[in-house]
Amino acid sequence: MITISGLEKRYGAQHVLRGVDLDVRRGSVTAVVGPNGAGKTTLIKSILGLVRPDAGVIRVDDVLVGDDCAYRARIGYMPQIARYPHNLTARELLAMLTDLRQAAPGAGPIRRDETLVELLALAEQLDKPLRTLSGGTRQKVNAVAAFLFTPELLILDEPTAGLDPAASAVLKDRILAERDAGRTVIVTSHFMSELEELATDVVVLLEGTVRYVGSLDELLRRTRKTNLGRAISYLMTEAAA
Amino acid sequence: MKILSPITAKIVTYELREVGRSRWLLAYAAFFLVVADALLRFGGADKALLSLTSVTLFIVPLVALVFGTVFLDDAREFTELLLAQPVTRRQLYAGLYFGLTLPLAAAFAAGAAIPFAVHGVGDPKLRVSLLVLLAAGGMLTFVFTALAFVVAAFVDDRLRRMGTAVALWLVSAVLYDGLVLVLAMLLADYPIERMMLGLTLGNPVDLARVILLLQFDVSALMGYTGAVFQQFFGGAIGIAIASTALALWVTLPVALGLRAFRKRDF
Repeated sequence: MITISGLEKRYGAQHVLRGVDLDVRRGSVTAVVGPNGAGKTTLIKSILGLVRPDAGVIRVDDVLVGDDCAYRARIGYMPQIARYPHNLTARELLAMLTDLRQAAPGAGPIRRDETLVELLALAEQLDKPLRTLSGGTRQKVNAVAAFLFTPELLILDEPTAGLDPAASAVLKDRILAERDAGRTVIVTSHFMSELEELATDVVVLLEGTVRYVGSLDELLRRTRKTNLGRAISYLMTEAAA
Repeated sequence: MKILSPITAKIVTYELREVGRSRWLLAYAAFFLVVADALLRFGGADKALLSLTSVTLFIVPLVALVFGTVFLDDAREFTELLLAQPVTRRQLYAGLYFGLTLPLAAAFAAGAAIPFAVHGVGDPKLRVSLLVLLAAGGMLTFVFTALAFVVAAFVDDRLRRMGTAVALWLVSAVLYDGLVLVLAMLLADYPIERMMLGLTLGNPVDLARVILLLQFDVSALMGYTGAVFQQFFGGAIGIAIASTALALWVTLPVALGLRAFRKRDF
């Protein structure tokens, strides 16, 4: 689904990505893990074309990222921070995203999947200005927006941060349902237990390079650890040594 | 180059809803409404127009720069969300630019024009002058929101961004004219008309002032640059040249901002 090779990114003196090579399988739930500042968000944003890499190539279904924006019609993205225009309502926001997808060249008929609105109990909040919503509620709107167009590829940056346990569970169930439907998911999280529940594949980013890529089971076997958190900290200390 | 793609038009409509509900925008329109109304009550339409010109040259650039900078700061994460959609950066940039500039220009025009419509302007010549004032204020809005995009593109820190915006206003609306005057006094013994013309072209606020004062034909208030303009080109050609230069002042910052916007990381 996604092929990345030789990806480099610097922010001034900071060398964030140092030659990342990575394949993301179609139908996988790929967890991107690593310490703060390892380059997870930069990697994700490069796939979306939000960050312009200094070198390297990214292909999404053989479409070169950077040439064309049409490939993004197949992606649902949940950014880490959900900040929206102050005065628009959530309903208007979703209508706007729908309009934009409809206006994109070559767009087919658009079906909206609004089941998350019910499940996250958002119906009451849809007509209030977004600025009046709490952080958690805005994160729910963020989730609805990401899943709205049944995208083939979901990119979720800390999706459960700021959500209450019930909403987290709803979201995780939804991710598993997407996996069962054969969709591809890339997810980052600070909750290792959560990733263990969801992920089929794990990518460990350390200091801007891919330290491990493969199945979760293989990672545990190789590091001889019992869970993802311990395996990651083992890789980190190993890298530091 | 296609400026208004269907996608850009969509973005503009939603931005209009967002910006249109801003209280600051309403306050801005109300400000011109009150000022124009007061000027009309205390003097004739001709005097009111002249005073309103000074207010316009002073306030429009300030509001366009400050409102624009705040707007772009607020739009930051939203920009990120929109760029994750099948939208090109050029489309989004155009959407943001028009979505910000059109309501600002409309608020100014409505606030300044409504009192004149209510009180009535008998003299057709004054009506033309009012239209020129509205057009010049609109152009200044387009220039200074474009400059806000340039500031947003090149200054990373939020506070320094606002500082740069205010400094830019201070220079173009207040200091520039004074500096030109000092220069004219220092070099009074030399033929400096051409240099003065060049300096006028270098500041959009001066250009707008020249256009308006040539239109009003009040040489007493025209200042040094205006007088030189009239002497050099005469009224109509002077207005045409200054208008073209002002249009360039829209195009160049817009292009510069777009270039930076396309390269930037979000």
